[in-house]
Amino acid sequence: MSFDVYLNVAVAGVLTGLVYGLMALGLSVVFGVVRVVNFAHGEMMTIAMYLAVVLFAQFHLDPLLMLVPIAGVLFVAGYALQTGLINPFITRPEHSQFLLLVAIGLIIVNVLLILFGPDARSVQTSYAYDSFEIGPLIVDASKLYAGAAAIVLTAVLFGFFRFTRTGTAIRACADNYTGAQIVGLNVKHLYALTFAIGAACVGAAGAIMTLIIDVTPMLGPSYTLLAFVIVVTGGLGSMPGALLGGVLIGLTEAFAGLLFTPSAKSMFAFGILVLVLLFRPQGLLGKRLT
Amino acid sequence: MLRVPFKPNRRDLLAGTAAAAAALAAPSVLRAEQAPLKVGVLLPRSGFEAGIGQDCQRGVDVAPAILKSLGLPALTIMDADTESNVDTARARAEKLINDGAQLLVGAFDSGQSAAIAQVAEQKGIPFVINIAAAPDITEQGYKFVFRNFPTAGMILGDAFANQLELFGIVGAAPKSVVFMHVNDTFGTAMSKGINAVMPKFNMPYKIVDEIAYDPAARDLSVEVAKAKAANADALLLVSRLNDAMLLTRELVKQRWTPQAIMSMGPGWYEDQYLKTLGKLSDGPLSFVPFQDPNKKLTKALEAALAKSSPGVNLSTNHVYTFEALLIAADAYKRAGSADPKALADAIRATNITDNVSIGPGIQFNAKGQNDKLKNGAIQNRGGKLLTLAPKAAANAKPEWPMKPYQNRG
Repeated sequence: MSFDVYLNVAVAGVLTGLVYGLMALGLSVVFGVVRVVNFAHGEMMTIAMYLAVVLFAQFHLDPLLMLVPIAGVLFVAGYALQTGLINPFITRPEHSQFLLLVAIGLIIVNVLLILFGPDARSVQTSYAYDSFEIGPLIVDASKLYAGAAAIVLTAVLFGFFRFTRTGTAIRACADNYTGAQIVGLNVKHLYALTFAIGAACVGAAGAIMTLIIDVTPMLGPSYTLLAFVIVVTGGLGSMPGALLGGVLIGLTEAFAGLLFTPSAKSMFAFGILVLVLLFRPQGLLGKRLT
Repeated sequence: MLRVPFKPNRRDLLAGTAAAAAALAAPSVLRAEQAPLKVGVLLPRSGFEAGIGQDCQRGVDVAPAILKSLGLPALTIMDADTESNVDTARARAEKLINDGAQLLVGAFDSGQSAAIAQVAEQKGIPFVINIAAAPDITEQGYKFVFRNFPTAGMILGDAFANQLELFGIVGAAPKSVVFMHVNDTFGTAMSKGINAVMPKFNMPYKIVDEIAYDPAARDLSVEVAKAKAANADALLLVSRLNDAMLLTRELVKQRWTPQAIMSMGPGWYEDQYLKTLGKLSDGPLSFVPFQDPNKKLTKALEAALAKSSPGVNLSTNHVYTFEALLIAADAYKRAGSADPKALADAIRATNITDNVSIGPGIQFNAKGQNDKLKNGAIQNRGGKLLTLAPKAAANAKPEWPMKPYQNRG
């Protein structure tokens, strides 16, 4: 096989991986601060995908333009979910949190099934079949836009946590819960805000994802699992880790498909997870727990 | 002679009422023998095969009126969704039988049909397979399982014969192909069969690469990149519906139009494929079990479908699902009873020559397989399905090679 093939597959893998990373980022942010693993993460993404599909079908609004409003809707929903349902479970055993979020995920899947039926739905933008030819490289236009949007959104999120007072306060909560309470931070509000930011992330990722894949109600659980694999590989709670994990899984799937057999590409992604758990349990960029 | 006026007493009234009840009941006893046969129809109405399952349902929807016009008894249809899942298919088959189904029909997919066949055999309820090609299903010695659909080996043999016929007509042939197939029961059976069947036909092409993929995959960019890298003239495929659409999108994006796309399975001729992809759906050839457009019953089925589902092209899903119900109604009429064994015996003795599919008609061999079915070679053109081969069923000439995707406006 020529070098061109490897190059094309590598670029496609990186672009898909960037969107995977953005999707997993929300999960990582929530766990890093609230210490709750959102097992309804993929299902929340499917809500965003359906919002994008409906907006496109009804008003021909491009998912990339609708990315911010959809993230806004998920932000509000995430804030309400945290304050109304998840907050009482923060101090309860982890299995209670797990059951609560799995139940929320199941409810989302079934409501979407009732509303939209089981058929796959897609967004056919004017550039759905476009690609750019740069020398030997042929880049899928939708994946390129999706990857670029993922990078921009991740940069905005990094900036928010690094340079804003609210972002600093949220990081303070993550670092020292008791200390944050002592200095007078409204921890409940900051937790809800964090969950809302995580939901907004997954909302944006969902809007972008409609450019790449069709949506069905049953899509959620498999993407919850994928997000989980990515953040565990990158390091639970680490934002750069989520992006790195996404790119790594995207590349692994792409090259496993090319060099071995495409039908077993998920197996290789899980293989990476097993190796990380064996040799670096805290994830590639995660902090070692003491 | 004195005429005594009739004054009925209680005993007379009771006797009269009993006689009247018996007289009224008699026709209903007769009617009970003609009561509709309860047929459980198992299809993948949701999940990744939902599009095809719902298309098969169209064949169910048009059946009652046509069966009535043929003078066959009515059927009561009991719908069940296999959710494109083998375990669910098994559970739904058991539930249908528990709920009173007297015969089962389904289930489009080989894995799901194999699971239902086990249940049907255990419970002693006849099962007529509409679509499923894995050869093993009718090799188990089952007494209650019947298949009016070709096996993978039959499909492959006919596909190669039809391909040679087309290559002769157009005076051209690919020298190399990449074989892409789904990795489910059907795809694997076809993959195994191709190595056994292809050498018998002296095909002009070689398979330069074989790529198996997940039928539920949501991204096939790597698969298409790999196929393109093989520099083959044409693509040989065994796919489903969603993956056929994904593959086409990737072919367009990766700017590769093979000389021909030759499918030996579903997907490429489906109505949803034609409607979703518009001009991009033109060109693929499907070598599949199909209807004979020249048969009388085909025209009736086509007219009924045009009425119930305007704009939908008649195709394999409707034809074989309808024929499964035709077999059920025909057997029920001859059996004169819904007794499972009588029904199974009647199905085994089926001899329907006024049918829809290509071939001499519907008969079953000792294994419960209709081994007389024939493929058709179909090409998508302008949103329609044209039959190119066999010659006896053809209504168009092939268009070769495929028009490049980039030049379709």
